[in-house]
Amino acid sequence: MISLPAPKPEVLARRDAILADLARLLPADAVIGETLRLRPYETDGLSAYRQIPLAVVLPRTTQEVASVLRYCNANGIRVVPRGAGTSLSGGALPLADAVVIGLMRMNRIREINLEDRYAIVEAGVTNIGITKAVEGDGFFYAPDPSSQLACMIGGNVMMNSGGAHCLKYGVTANNLLGLTFVTIEGEIIEIGGRHLDSAGYDWLGLITGSEGQLGMVTEVTVRILRGPEGARAMLAAFDSVEVAGAAVDAIIGSGIIPVALEFMDKPCIHACEAFAHAGYPLDAEAMLIIEVEGSIAEQDMLLDRIRGICARFKPTSMKVAESAEQSAAIWKGRKGAFGAVGRISPDYLCMDGTIPTGELPHVLKRIGEMSVQYGLAVANVFHAGDGNLHPLIMFDANDAESFHKAEAFGADILTLCVEVGGCLTGEHGVGVEKRDLMTKQFTAPELDLQRAVKSAFDPEWLLNTAKVFPLAGNPKIAA
Amino acid sequence: MQTSFTAEQLRDPDTAESNRILRTCVHCGMCTATCPTFLLLGDELDSPRGRIYLIKDMLENDRPASELEVRHVDRCLSCLSCMTTCPSGVNYMHLVDHARRHIEDTYVRPWPERMLRAVLVRVLPNPKLFRLSLRAASLARPLGKLIPGQSMLAQRLRGMLALAPNRLPTVSPAQEPQVHHADGVRRGRVGLLTGCAQKVLDPSINEATIRLLTRMGIEVVITPGQGCCGALTHHMGAHERGMAAARANIQAWSAEIAGQGLDAIVVNASGCGTTIKDYGFMFREEPDAADAAAVAGLAMDITEVLEKFAYAPTREKPGLTVAYHSACSLQHGQQITALPKQLLTRAGFTVKEPAEGHICCGSAGTYNILQPVIAGQLRARKLENINRTRADVIAAGNIGCMTQLAGDALPVVHTVQLLDWMAGGPKPKPLDRHA
Repeated sequence: MISLPAPKPEVLARRDAILADLARLLPADAVIGETLRLRPYETDGLSAYRQIPLAVVLPRTTQEVASVLRYCNANGIRVVPRGAGTSLSGGALPLADAVVIGLMRMNRIREINLEDRYAIVEAGVTNIGITKAVEGDGFFYAPDPSSQLACMIGGNVMMNSGGAHCLKYGVTANNLLGLTFVTIEGEIIEIGGRHLDSAGYDWLGLITGSEGQLGMVTEVTVRILRGPEGARAMLAAFDSVEVAGAAVDAIIGSGIIPVALEFMDKPCIHACEAFAHAGYPLDAEAMLIIEVEGSIAEQDMLLDRIRGICARFKPTSMKVAESAEQSAAIWKGRKGAFGAVGRISPDYLCMDGTIPTGELPHVLKRIGEMSVQYGLAVANVFHAGDGNLHPLIMFDANDAESFHKAEAFGADILTLCVEVGGCLTGEHGVGVEKRDLMTKQFTAPELDLQRAVKSAFDPEWLLNTAKVFPLAGNPKIAA
Repeated sequence: MQTSFTAEQLRDPDTAESNRILRTCVHCGMCTATCPTFLLLGDELDSPRGRIYLIKDMLENDRPASELEVRHVDRCLSCLSCMTTCPSGVNYMHLVDHARRHIEDTYVRPWPERMLRAVLVRVLPNPKLFRLSLRAASLARPLGKLIPGQSMLAQRLRGMLALAPNRLPTVSPAQEPQVHHADGVRRGRVGLLTGCAQKVLDPSINEATIRLLTRMGIEVVITPGQGCCGALTHHMGAHERGMAAARANIQAWSAEIAGQGLDAIVVNASGCGTTIKDYGFMFREEPDAADAAAVAGLAMDITEVLEKFAYAPTREKPGLTVAYHSACSLQHGQQITALPKQLLTRAGFTVKEPAEGHICCGSAGTYNILQPVIAGQLRARKLENINRTRADVIAAGNIGCMTQLAGDALPVVHTVQLLDWMAGGPKPKPLDRHA
């Protein structure tokens, strides 16, 4: 079980006074302090970890966020930023002595400029909300995490989220132009602008993916792209996970960049088919969803070549979507995959690591062996083209022993990712979940350097404390 | 999600069911995105995931409901949009029903609220009383503007009066218990739920249903003893009252099934349809479980029946564009989404689907009376989206939505009225006024 830093006794003791102060800074309906109403905020998408916060505030403007941060900084109060609360690494897990700043009410679209292809939105706009606002004009926002229906752009920036279509379009960092950033001192800073690349140091690059360690983002300027002429998805089914993994490597190795290349194994195929009714091959051990886009001729040419490559791996079936509805159903299943696994297991840990695509067959085989060793089932669904794995380890949260085994199993998988030359995280961030594994990825001097960057922005370590960095070795934190 | 019910608690079948539901939830948060109240209020506590958490905590600790839980559960529309969105298959409907029952059993509401609810559960399901109240309300309508203040009571009173129609339709004898014989050769025999509030507010919906079905060769039976389906009271947590209403219907239709038999029980108010289709679950622990399941199994929305008996239009295309408003009880509760639009298209209408079609209009049973502020915001949002389609008329499959959306620029009719018109029936009255 993950350990959290000891709450500051002086903050806990002043709870009522702090709530009263917050109520003066914000409208009455924006401060939550009763334990009953705080409880639903005790966790996020990683519900195995829970902690009731000191308070929750729901500001509506950047100025309100700034005034809360200024107040917390002046009073030594820790702060946990929160968007939609869909983090799978516990990025929004509260602390007992922390004020959770939820940005859900900041959900306005500020400006859309089709000519210069950008949109300025508040941090609480959902990822899909950006695309919805511009799709009528033929545009879209490219990064598409599976939780895109619910997850908010502010969280996407902080976790540098990816998604199925990032194989072609890049992750959040590659689609950002500017940010409104609020420091722990309550200073509001505009970073970047409305065009690619701006003068000076790459502050945008530093802040993107910083997991709430450096400050809070309240407005985001994103690049929007003209949608393709068309897109088509195909399914290719195989009789083993290793063979499917090898097919992925062959497709990428051939130089084709499909817009998306997704992998699902048997347990996942069954769970998703029950939800999406997409015609997934229920007899297959593994399945690839491959999407190409462009003109019809371009799609046909690419699909032909991909079919040719897959054929070398003796697929049990191949099927190209014949209509937009079929494509939509195929994606509905994939996007709902994590939740759909809830149909076959009451609880799961969703892991997130990245490996070189050439290592896919080996790593999938090892995960299968570990599953037997730990006695816990695992479902695999992931962005294969990027080598971004999402093994879902199934366990029973009502059985503590099973949870501890799942945690250990997860740590083994991520360690394996690092060992084969990959990385602890793909797109979910480190959060609290992978914090203690950071030493597997980085040496002590490397971690100290990263801590120094944090200290420069947040000298008292008040921002999203206890995430990202292993507790031992952090300044200002009593374990 | 982890739960902590004791073995003792789990012996209660309702708690056992809620435990099963909670265990299915993986706390992924997808449901928050399509929840109307989360959209408007931006608070986890006003989202399905937050409510599930509040309910879980309340039930696990066997705690009487407090004002805090009641506030957030009361704000839930029961639109069930979350159930369409949920990838894990969490049955939020049964969970929130359990919570509402728990609230009614353990929480004492402030007296004005108690009075209002007591009046609603007695008046709405009773056509005679409802008719009387509407007549009084339409007389009092001009006074609505004079009610001062921003208190919940004042807002509710103003809201109630605004919902009352200008002119009350005359009583329709076609809705009374009888058998409407099929024209020509009989192809089928169905029971029709004539309902409670709908038969008073707009008898032309049942009339159009009866005309259309009999013209298609289907005998329509209005069984004596049937009445309100129980949904209105059930959703207000008045469990016993809701069950009694449902039981009366089960007995009435069971007698009919045992007699000449029924091919279907036709429901043309989708809010009622969702509840009747759930009778099997509601009565699972009752002695008449089998009868309830049989009735639930026969229940069909009017559009399903029309599809089953191959609806076909006879008139020329009317050249009208219809904005199809998907009632939550139809699209989320019964997962009927494409069928009404297909039938309207087949009938010759150009069908437009407003943006945010998955978001509730705010009607939601008695919600527009009990939560007038949120309901008003949702109504405005819905009408804005509908008006953007530039349609000539709004069609919906539920009387609640029709009442909620009426009074703006566009006429509102029931889908079946348009389908009846195109198959030889009269032009729906609201279209005359706007033609």
